[in-house]
Amino acid sequence: MPYITQLIQKGTTHSFIAKATAPTVTMPRIKALMTGTIPGFIDIVMNLNSHELQEDNLLWQAKQSRKRIFFYGDDTWIKLFPKHFVEYDGTTSFFVSDFTEVDNNVTRHLDYVLKRNDWDMLVLHYLGLDHIGHLTGPHSHLIGPKLYEMDIVLKKIHSALLLKDEDSAPNLIVVCGDHGMSEVGSHGGSSDEEVQTPLVLISSAFQNKAGPFTVPEMIQQTDLAPTLALGLGLPISRSSLGKFITAVVEQKTMREQLRFFHLNGHQLCMLLKENLETYEKDDGLEQFKKAEKQHGNWIKLYLEGNTSEVLTNLGRKVLKQYLEALIKLSSSLSKQVAEYDIYSMTVGAIITLEIFFLLLLSVPNALSNKAEFDLPLATPLFSLFFYLTCLLLAAVHVIVCTSTENACFFCSMSWLLAMGIMVLISALLCIILSLLGKMVLQLKPSNEVTHSSMQTWSELDILLLVGTLGHVISMGASSFIEEEHQTWYFLVSTLCLALSQEMCRKYFLIKKGNLSGSAAFSEAEEEYAYVNEIYDAHKKELQEEKLPILSRFIKSNEKWIALSSPGLILICCRLLRPLNQTGVQWIHRPDFGHWLTSSEHKAELSFLVAVCLIMIFILIQGKCSLVSKVALMFGLLGIYCYRAAIGHVLYPWQQNTNEITKGITEARFVYIFVLGILVTGIKDLLTSHFLNTNSKAKAVGLWEIYSGLILLAALLFRPHNLVVLVFCLIIQLILTTFIWKILKFDAAEIAIMHYWFGQAFFFFQGNSNTISTVDISAGFVGLDNYVEYPAIFLTIFVTYSGPLLWTMHMLYYLSAETNWNSTAVAHGCYCYAIIRSLPVTVYILLVTALRYHLFIWSVFSPKLLYEVIHHVISAIVCALFIAVDKNQLTKSEG
Amino acid sequence: MDETEIRRLAVGHVLSILAVVFSLFVPPLLLDEFSILGTHLTWLCFCSVCVIAVNILLLVTFKPNPSTKRSSLSSKVNKLYRSCLYFFASCLLFHGIIVLYGAPLVESVGETFLFAVLLSSFTTSRSLCFLGPNFHAWVRVFSKDGAMSVWDHSLQITTICTVVGAWLGAFPIPLDWDRPWQVWPISCSLGASFGYIASLLLAPFWIYWNRKRLTYKRR
Ligand SMILES: [Zn+2]
Ligand SMILES: [Zn+2]
Repeated sequence: MPYITQLIQKGTTHSFIAKATAPTVTMPRIKALMTGTIPGFIDIVMNLNSHELQEDNLLWQAKQSRKRIFFYGDDTWIKLFPKHFVEYDGTTSFFVSDFTEVDNNVTRHLDYVLKRNDWDMLVLHYLGLDHIGHLTGPHSHLIGPKLYEMDIVLKKIHSALLLKDEDSAPNLIVVCGDHGMSEVGSHGGSSDEEVQTPLVLISSAFQNKAGPFTVPEMIQQTDLAPTLALGLGLPISRSSLGKFITAVVEQKTMREQLRFFHLNGHQLCMLLKENLETYEKDDGLEQFKKAEKQHGNWIKLYLEGNTSEVLTNLGRKVLKQYLEALIKLSSSLSKQVAEYDIYSMTVGAIITLEIFFLLLLSVPNALSNKAEFDLPLATPLFSLFFYLTCLLLAAVHVIVCTSTENACFFCSMSWLLAMGIMVLISALLCIILSLLGKMVLQLKPSNEVTHSSMQTWSELDILLLVGTLGHVISMGASSFIEEEHQTWYFLVSTLCLALSQEMCRKYFLIKKGNLSGSAAFSEAEEEYAYVNEIYDAHKKELQEEKLPILSRFIKSNEKWIALSSPGLILICCRLLRPLNQTGVQWIHRPDFGHWLTSSEHKAELSFLVAVCLIMIFILIQGKCSLVSKVALMFGLLGIYCYRAAIGHVLYPWQQNTNEITKGITEARFVYIFVLGILVTGIKDLLTSHFLNTNSKAKAVGLWEIYSGLILLAALLFRPHNLVVLVFCLIIQLILTTFIWKILKFDAAEIAIMHYWFGQAFFFFQGNSNTISTVDISAGFVGLDNYVEYPAIFLTIFVTYSGPLLWTMHMLYYLSAETNWNSTAVAHGCYCYAIIRSLPVTVYILLVTALRYHLFIWSVFSPKLLYEVIHHVISAIVCALFIAVDKNQLTKSEG
Repeated sequence: MDETEIRRLAVGHVLSILAVVFSLFVPPLLLDEFSILGTHLTWLCFCSVCVIAVNILLLVTFKPNPSTKRSSLSSKVNKLYRSCLYFFASCLLFHGIIVLYGAPLVESVGETFLFAVLLSSFTTSRSLCFLGPNFHAWVRVFSKDGAMSVWDHSLQITTICTVVGAWLGAFPIPLDWDRPWQVWPISCSLGASFGYIASLLLAPFWIYWNRKRLTYKRR
């Protein structure tokens, strides 16, 4: 950017590095810039759906003092400040793949506006740079031209304003970014690259201080709001936490400088008074009072006409005191902002805890052969207890909500809803107590049973239990949350090794009873003969079972294939690891995904995508009906066309193309086939349900639903992530045809294994526990412009497709391929529910306990958000499980 | 299962522990600038060599699984050759597994391989000395209830503990604490060594404690 560099070198500018706070997404950052507050984390959810800003802010103050404000750019501003602008033109920020139109939309107004004189403030929000970053990363070759374009725009504005300066008060240009961008081209997290934004103030009013380039000073993003307010002669907005940038007023008179300090300090003191009960003891406040007194002395001297050295010295001293006071006030305020709604948090935690205990207490019942999950009806004693708890809770509610001044979320709900929640809490409590009572009564007979069942646990069960618990415990440390993918990769690898050990045991095992054989065991030949004998017996057993899918070759070599299959899975997982670097520490490492998506490797990527699509077709089609097979083929073809249309891949016959469309037709074409496959699947399910046909129709139906989801994922994934899909299918194939069939696990173990693989695939596809890895571009596939609900649905689907696909596969597998146990689906569903609610419950308690932790906003909260959405998804899937299982039950009855 | 056998086992274990301790305290006398963290690779080599040497010593002195046949010299040479082959194969296998677990494929190959050698010397070399290069005997010992003597039991315990120690040692590597021992493969090899030493210490007591049950099973 030659022009602005020249300006900075020449003087009349001030440049800083403004530090943004944790959710580095556009909407909260605009809020921070305009109000000077630190927006809460929930704003990230609202980012997609912003409402009018209610708080006191700079633009509102400006409007009150009849300033005319023009705005061009990101329409988030218009949503936040709908009535503040006299003239505006918004551009939707959600079309990430477009980066010329959005900026031309802003620039085309400039020439006309700059000629006019009827505005006081002009806000321009350019989006192109952000979009380029999202699309191609911060090292893209598109960045250079874009910055140059911005430079030209800046030059235009600056020269126009310089002309105007001649006949009015000097103008000020503020060039700033709302947030940075990480190495991988996204933002939302709290790494240095994301939170550091440039801030350049350009005005002819500044002193010309030409000189060598110095490292810019570090300030907070919230400091801009009070600075602008003071500069415009407006009141500082009420809830602003910032302290104004002192460098800006350096050449003002001492009197003015002191006045600014006093205004800012006063506003911060008032804010502190509102938020802190013990505000009088605050260090910053005391210092401010002292400085205020000195300030009075200074004014007295000044009015007496004293112009000696004493006055300037005193002035400097007051200035220094004010500055210290401001820093202290600002820091104690930003601590104070982290204020929690303890009451609502407790209520939420109690409900999750109760439900979790309920699930835990019914383990013996639910995993028994009957697979029943009945809630005992309350006996009279408990109903009395129930009413008592209800009353007690209501009393607590009234007391809490009337006593505290700042209304909490739970109090602001309607009374009916609040009472409903109270009733729920007490009902759950009663059910838990009655269950406990039942268990105590049955304790003696059941004691022996549990003891004997403990002994039958294999190493694999212990591993599954320890791994799951260990993962839950590890969530207490922020570093483990940041690198959670490593935990899952590690656990999955260990699972594979345990499986291979189990496999070896299956094929080489010497039965316990025959050990009496004797001392000759060290002789190799005899042992070998014995092992062979067992193995032959097993082989016969297998041949009797008849495996229709396996060919003769596989049958004859089954032992070795089965033995090597866990190793194959391990290799698949290892290959997937370098595809997407994730986490926090190593996310900057070059990974295979970036290598593929960079523009030089388009041919390789095209080849890979084509191979992957063909592989997906081969792997899925075997279990589908003919109609959905054809639909699947067209859908996959459509996906390739879509990728070609938006410029990710090339057709083999075309060498280079510059026409890039949004691929809307192609994407919609695929959507139709996805819907078609899903509808056939549901139809098959329903027919198998109502007509009581054989279970084959149901299996086909479930598989069709599954393949429909895979097709959707293939459309929405980033192109290189198709590899993840293919490997997912391969691993599932290996697991179902070799490992699970041979080793015969029960539903609980299979459910936990599915859960582990699902978690690992969540990270394999490039997700992490920071917000910045969410791929929002998936929300716009096939949509002309931003439509709220489909976009949110698609984004969530693509983010959680790993766990979701594995759970769907579990549903298919348990209900279709395990004929040996009619309660398999119920068991699986139950285990899945308990294994999901365990981390969520523990995590909610943890976050409540750690709410004053240093990393609460940057590490723990995003993870909580991920967990909650994941939980909602698993709840939906569990509902699906139950629906499918109902089918099975009615069928077995009929 | 008589107690003299357990006592002999305990002596053998103390010798094995001494091998690891020896590898900690002797190299500083020979080399300057030796430390476990700083010159980790040297320590890995040294420790492996010590452990293997002590295991061979144990084989010669204690004769844990005496062979009934008198073996000729040529079969002894054959056994030795096969032992070396097995050892090398187990190193490669460990290396492969470690890489599959996520160790870098190309960079720090040396570290990974030496770590695999350490693991093999803790587990495979012991098995080779106690059981000989006899694959089916291995399978028997490492299947659930296949142990026939105190030596087999001690072998089971030490192997499992070493592998679990190495496994646990991998957890701190990805964390951002910036400690010197978080560098690959230091924490893992330390974990494996701790597991090995702890199992050596505990195994005689465990066997002594459960001697009734174990004897019962054997009959
Ligand atoms: Zn933005
Ligand atoms: Zn953005």
